[in-house]
Amino acid sequence: MTTDTAPKPSFWYRLAHPGQFVALTRPWLWPLTLITVALFAVGLWFAFFNSPEDYQMGDTVRIMYIHVPTAWLSQFVYGLMAVSAIGSLVWRHPIADVSMKAAAPLGATFTALALFTGSLWGRPTWGTFWEWDGRMTSTLVLLLIYLGIVALWRAFDDQLRAARVIAVFTLVGAINIPIIKFSVDWWSTLHQPSSVFTMSGPHMPPSILTPLLVMAIAFTMLFLTLHLKAMHTEVARRRLMALQRQAAQTGKTA
Amino acid sequence: MIDLGPHAVFIVSAYAGVTLAVVALIAWTLFDARRTASKMAALEARGIRRRSAGPAA
Repeated sequence: MTTDTAPKPSFWYRLAHPGQFVALTRPWLWPLTLITVALFAVGLWFAFFNSPEDYQMGDTVRIMYIHVPTAWLSQFVYGLMAVSAIGSLVWRHPIADVSMKAAAPLGATFTALALFTGSLWGRPTWGTFWEWDGRMTSTLVLLLIYLGIVALWRAFDDQLRAARVIAVFTLVGAINIPIIKFSVDWWSTLHQPSSVFTMSGPHMPPSILTPLLVMAIAFTMLFLTLHLKAMHTEVARRRLMALQRQAAQTGKTA
Repeated sequence: MIDLGPHAVFIVSAYAGVTLAVVALIAWTLFDARRTASKMAALEARGIRRRSAGPAA
């Protein structure tokens, strides 16, 4: 078999090569950015100008349009990190390592924002900024796990070794995700049960569900855009570190 | 702007906080990318290139 007759590498195989991954996905950044901006424009217009007050919550329902998407992302990002951790441990996939590392600070930020917006909604609705109930406490634990992962990445010089340790830590921490999801069913909590993703469908009128879904998609697109950009930077950083090692070995001062 | 009712301060604070954090996240992501790119350019300017890229011009 010659190089001419060798089968062309598959899309997934090419994605495993960091340089190929960056070359393939760099053109996606601007379209993703434009879609994100458009979705936020539409979502905010719905949130402030084309959605009613809730019959119970009043105008504080508008906080839900940023609270629910950030809370959704806090769990979605962790799910992505857990899948990447499997890719890192099982297939030693270099892009899985990069994905894990790039996602952690983003997930930590969205989790902190979910807690922040939730407490600002809770004060006028429940009369308190904070309650040690199942949903809120398990989300706080998720934030601490994220911060632990960010700290672990910074603690290791050898990023390949770090990836193995952090992948195991991430998978152990993933047990918290179903706890967050089902906390409102397992325990008697102040936090209301799920009202969007339920077996019988969403429990809210379309006038409130529409801005909620548009904002959830907008925040998800924001995450995907930032994650992709952060992954490109992480690939460049690893290349930079390799060059610095090479310079040190050859005696050139960097 | 619509009337946000008696709890306007909570609604405005929530949106302001999220806007601030998202802007900071975008700024940090772009800053990190530029800082890494400039470090790489500085190394390459000193003639330090990947072996696979061949000798420096």
